[in-house]
Amino acid sequence: MFDEGAPIFSQIAERLSEEIAEGVLAEGERVPSTNELAAYYRINPATAAKGINVLIDGGLLEKRRGIGMFVAAGARERLLETRHQRFTERYVEPLVAEANRLGIDAESLVALVRESSPAGGGVRV
Amino acid sequence: MTPTISVSGLTRRYRGQLALDDVTFDIDGPSITGLLGRNGAGKTTLMRIISAQEFASAGSVRVLGSSPVENGAVLRRMVLVREDQTFPRLRVRHLLRAASWFYPNWSSGLAEGLVADFNLPLNRNVGGLSRGMRTALGIVIGLAARAEVTLFDEPYAGLDAVARQLFYDRMLADFTDHPRTMLVSTHLIDEAADLLERVLVIDHGRIVLDAAADDLRGAATTVSGTVDAVEEFAAGRAVWDRRSIGSQESVVVSGVLDDGDRARARQLHLSLTPLSLQQLVSQVPGRSNQDLKEDQSA
Repeated sequence: MFDEGAPIFSQIAERLSEEIAEGVLAEGERVPSTNELAAYYRINPATAAKGINVLIDGGLLEKRRGIGMFVAAGARERLLETRHQRFTERYVEPLVAEANRLGIDAESLVALVRESSPAGGGVRV
Repeated sequence: MTPTISVSGLTRRYRGQLALDDVTFDIDGPSITGLLGRNGAGKTTLMRIISAQEFASAGSVRVLGSSPVENGAVLRRMVLVREDQTFPRLRVRHLLRAASWFYPNWSSGLAEGLVADFNLPLNRNVGGLSRGMRTALGIVIGLAARAEVTLFDEPYAGLDAVARQLFYDRMLADFTDHPRTMLVSTHLIDEAADLLERVLVIDHGRIVLDAAADDLRGAATTVSGTVDAVEEFAAGRAVWDRRSIGSQESVVVSGVLDDGDRARARQLHLSLTPLSLQQLVSQVPGRSNQDLKEDQSA
């Protein structure tokens, strides 16, 4: 269920962030407890707690005493902002590097991007 | 604070052979720690000495602040479940009742639930149980005792994969509700890997690795591709294992890889496969804890 190459706690944090960014977990919504995560993923509860703590420390989750953990206000926006910042290094740079290797020039690359249609709709920009 | 289990300089000799060689570690507070190693590495001897069923040749063991030897007050707060455990020839029902008198935190509700989970016949004599049923009975006692110090020594004899998963699930669930110090020895490492918070690896009677389980993920990676590309990538890294066939090579490099390393591997058309805990543990003997930590921080 987990990638062997990275600590489980960071993968838990990553998955929850993903769900918040996608809006699956809405702001103000309760997130699964440490114990629920431990039981579902069959992992040590201390590991699950460490994953949750990453998000609490990052201000994405807030603890309400005795009730549980909730998605903090503004969490989604902040996650999307981080993704924007990483977009260049994660996607554009490798894309351009590979295009250079294959001898695809800038104009053709732009054309390819325009024509690409992940969900059939093409680029909306 | 006093550690829950404190083992210091523990050595055990059998007729000149060292079963345990200067073993030192502390376990502090509730956690699930894995004691990993090959058969004959010293796992059982270590657990038996911690629970005072066997004696040290040198060194000391303290459990809950005291020596466990002939110490009823401590022994009631700990339970050891062994592989191929033997029991007094009683009916299952009576054996469980006797256990409930011995262990102060005994949970009858948990015992009943586990008996149902494992389909144990309460009215049958222990002598008439199959090997797997005896193992399951050991698991019932080990968990229902809710002892502050719970030791499981490879409680797998006769259990199939489904029953083992049941054991892991029930152990995790009860640990979550009632945290306690658990030490679980196993050679089925990948099955239990995600349950463990800490890992002690024992080899030839010595602790060769003591680390947080999560820190070991990604601590070593198999890199394969053409010989030239692999050699270029591996240059300057600690290489643990090297095998080649024709123009292809595969090496195990230790140390966590970063995004730059991954990008470099893509350029070189290398495939990267992180070692599982099982694979990692089989690579560890022969390397000291210090080497591994240096490799990781390098």
